[in-house]
Amino acid sequence: MKMNKLKKVRLGWGVLPVVIFLAIWEVVARLNLIPGQFFFPPFSMVMQEFYYLIANGVLGDNFLSSLVRVLIGFCAGSIAGIAVGIVMGWRDIAHKALHPIISLLYPIPALGWLPLLMLWIGINEMLPIAIIFICSFFPVLYNTVTGIRSVDKDYIQVARTLGASDTKILTTVVVPLALPNIFTGLRLEAGMAWRVIIAAEMVAIPTGIGALLMKAESLIRIDIIIVCLIVLSIMCLSFEKLFQYIETKLTTKWR
Amino acid sequence: MPSITLRNISRYVCQDVNLEIFDKELLVLLGPNGAGKTTLLNIIAGLTDYKGSVLFDGQPVDELSTSKRGTGYLFQDLVLFPHLDVAANIAYGLRAEKQAQSKVEARVEELLQAMKIKHLSSRYPKHLSGGEKQRVALARALASSPKGLLLDEPLSSLDVQTSKYLRLELRQLQRELGITTIYVTHDLTEAEEMADRIAVIQGGHIEQVATPEEVFFYPENEIVRDFIGTPNILDCASCHSLGQGIMEVSCGGLLVIIPHDGNSIQRVALFPRDIYISDARPPGPGVNLFRGTITSIKFVDGTVRLGIRAGENNLLAELPRHIFGGMELEIGGEVFFILRMGRIKVYEGKEGR
Repeated sequence: MKMNKLKKVRLGWGVLPVVIFLAIWEVVARLNLIPGQFFFPPFSMVMQEFYYLIANGVLGDNFLSSLVRVLIGFCAGSIAGIAVGIVMGWRDIAHKALHPIISLLYPIPALGWLPLLMLWIGINEMLPIAIIFICSFFPVLYNTVTGIRSVDKDYIQVARTLGASDTKILTTVVVPLALPNIFTGLRLEAGMAWRVIIAAEMVAIPTGIGALLMKAESLIRIDIIIVCLIVLSIMCLSFEKLFQYIETKLTTKWR
Repeated sequence: MPSITLRNISRYVCQDVNLEIFDKELLVLLGPNGAGKTTLLNIIAGLTDYKGSVLFDGQPVDELSTSKRGTGYLFQDLVLFPHLDVAANIAYGLRAEKQAQSKVEARVEELLQAMKIKHLSSRYPKHLSGGEKQRVALARALASSPKGLLLDEPLSSLDVQTSKYLRLELRQLQRELGITTIYVTHDLTEAEEMADRIAVIQGGHIEQVATPEEVFFYPENEIVRDFIGTPNILDCASCHSLGQGIMEVSCGGLLVIIPHDGNSIQRVALFPRDIYISDARPPGPGVNLFRGTITSIKFVDGTVRLGIRAGENNLLAELPRHIFGGMELEIGGEVFFILRMGRIKVYEGKEGR
């Protein structure tokens, strides 16, 4: 009972600043305190446009395009990153062979690959997916390698003395103990994937939230731009929170 | 359960180590940090490369991997898997052997009961106390009925009281199971309480292998003597009972009163710190009070070590430096000393000695 009350108080303190911010936004825009309502629409007007965009399906179609690209690119990049990361973390020879290449490629920003991929892949559905793949692959790989290699060797030795094979040790001891690191990579990149897809769509792809953003800019529709940014913010946050939730579910009991 | 034999083992600090641990025996490897104790355990478990040969019951196991050697190993830090609950930790080895689920459950249940930790079965290691962790780790090591049990200072992280209690339990369990066991420690008291035999190791060399009493009363060399605390060891020429569990023994001209309920006493021993020193005759009944001559004075850290000649004995006494400073003691001078009766260790002797 006491805990519920405490939670409500904390939630209240979290929501309050947002409400105050929106109220100030509304008042400032309505009172024309910033010259040109055209360039600074009130929050209520943005919400009205949000509703119209949902109702006429424009937002839904573009959102779905972006979502599918993010999901495919992120899942493929993460799975590949985890798989290669496990091999590199577990086998020294793989680490020695691949680490120099990874070290060279990892610092390149995902969007830096865009011109090259535009020429290699062309401007089609594969392009944003490939960008998201790259964006997810390297950080997840890096965190996985770190996670696997930082597992205390004593756990591995104990498992050996208990009769476990290498595969058994990897699947039942090393990977579970590396999960916190792996999830750190997934959580950060889940948000990052949305940031990158928007940028890729703005530059090269005619559909998706990023493309809608660019169209709104060319039509000087500030309200639509803000709607797109709100969607982007919500998606980044939701993806990060989703992975945080899964991580908590999987590891809180023992960490 | 087989015997375990090490033949000409070399690795790191350990050079040409030969050692035999008898069937069902608990052998304590006693030595300071860096002596090579854990290295020897790792060699037996197959966790590290080595030169030489390890035999289980006379059969070489050098070609067998760790998982095939079948030793139960209790690490110094216990190393419970943090992501598995107590039951899953204990079941780990059984599942690795792909035993049937029903057998796994039955064995885990049996060990939970035996270790008195049934109420902890669904807890994770982070919620366990040091003593509870120790029991879980031991249950896990024993789950697959190992050929030998290797214990690497498993009680070192526990408080004195819990450690002492678990030591006794561990010893009792080892006897019940009749499992050949090697127990590593640097603590002499722990070694004396646990061991059938003690192997004193220093700098990778086995200096002496003998029963706890023999190690204490008949150290084979200065290294062993130093490690066990340089006790004063006195040969007893004669002894007779004064009744009420008290004996009077004659040691090199000193008549020492000892609380002891035995037939004979061959040797007595006393640590230097258990000899009280005074520059004047202390008041009181004068039990175990003697007079001697100072033969040497050595300053060691915060203490002073006095060499004393008394009767035919050369004794070593130790006192804090600040107390020494308050007395008028010098080489060749007279000194009074009392042997603390309760701290005198007794060796009754056995045939052949």
